[in-house]
Amino acid sequence: MLANLAFWAFSGVAIASALMVVVARNPVRSVLFLILAFFSAAGLFVLLGAEFLAMLLIVVYVGAVAVLFLFVVMMLDIDFAELKQGFLSYLPLGGLIGIVLAAELAMIGLNWEAAPQAEALRAAAMPEGMSNIEALGTVIYDQYVYFFQAAGLILLVAMIGAIVLTLRHKPGVKRQSVTAQVGRDRKDAVEMLDIKPGQGIGE
Amino acid sequence: MMEIGLGHYLAVAAVLFTIGVFGIFVNRKNVIILLMSIELILLSVNVNLVAFSSFLGDLAGQVFALFVLTVAAAEAAVGLAILVVYFRNRGDISVEGVNLMKG
Repeated sequence: MLANLAFWAFSGVAIASALMVVVARNPVRSVLFLILAFFSAAGLFVLLGAEFLAMLLIVVYVGAVAVLFLFVVMMLDIDFAELKQGFLSYLPLGGLIGIVLAAELAMIGLNWEAAPQAEALRAAAMPEGMSNIEALGTVIYDQYVYFFQAAGLILLVAMIGAIVLTLRHKPGVKRQSVTAQVGRDRKDAVEMLDIKPGQGIGE
Repeated sequence: MMEIGLGHYLAVAAVLFTIGVFGIFVNRKNVIILLMSIELILLSVNVNLVAFSSFLGDLAGQVFALFVLTVAAAEAAVGLAILVVYFRNRGDISVEGVNLMKG
């Protein structure tokens, strides 16, 4: 009973905040609603028994991706009012496509049933008497270890790509030049002056 | 109150997916919200995968959701980097004016 209530609450909040992400006037609010949507989806995952993925969703999305979005929104100096112009002119087309898509998904959803042999075709059946994290660990590091490594490579490539894209060399910034430092010798650095008493260096 | 089944989760995912596609069509001037709509679509895919995984008792769905999460994070990072570079060059982030590559 309580689980049912939680499902309706989480899914309602998720859908409402997803809608607010799309229609909000201010991108900062959009990002905050995106965080709320992901939080509610994490709640749905907990209800489904996927605790590890729920925590991952919070750590990865709320902790990293949403903060990244927020950072970019605040870093770019954009006129927010101008961004929403044309929203109304695209609304009919967007709404029509949304309704058609929803109708198609509903048609599939209402006429869909599981194959009778689906149970036998499972790729990695859930082991009995194991917690979600333990079971997921045995599957990821055993059956799917190469895919796991590939996921790591994808993240590495994305990180390098993001750094390469945003890196820029500003002219006029003083940097340490090790060759210049090491190549410096006594001739350029020290000068011997013969100063007469009472005259100072002069010049 | 009726029992919550697989169909309920699939319906939530379908609605989230539709909202994401709607967002892509409506926000033509703001690439940031466009990227957020893509994140919503990927989230709905994850809800589908986890729901099937839970109701069928198959862990592979959760592993797939993990990989979708990885790709979504990588996509957000690279997309936002491209956005920052684009903003530096042009001074706005409208999708309508994207013709730098003259494709």
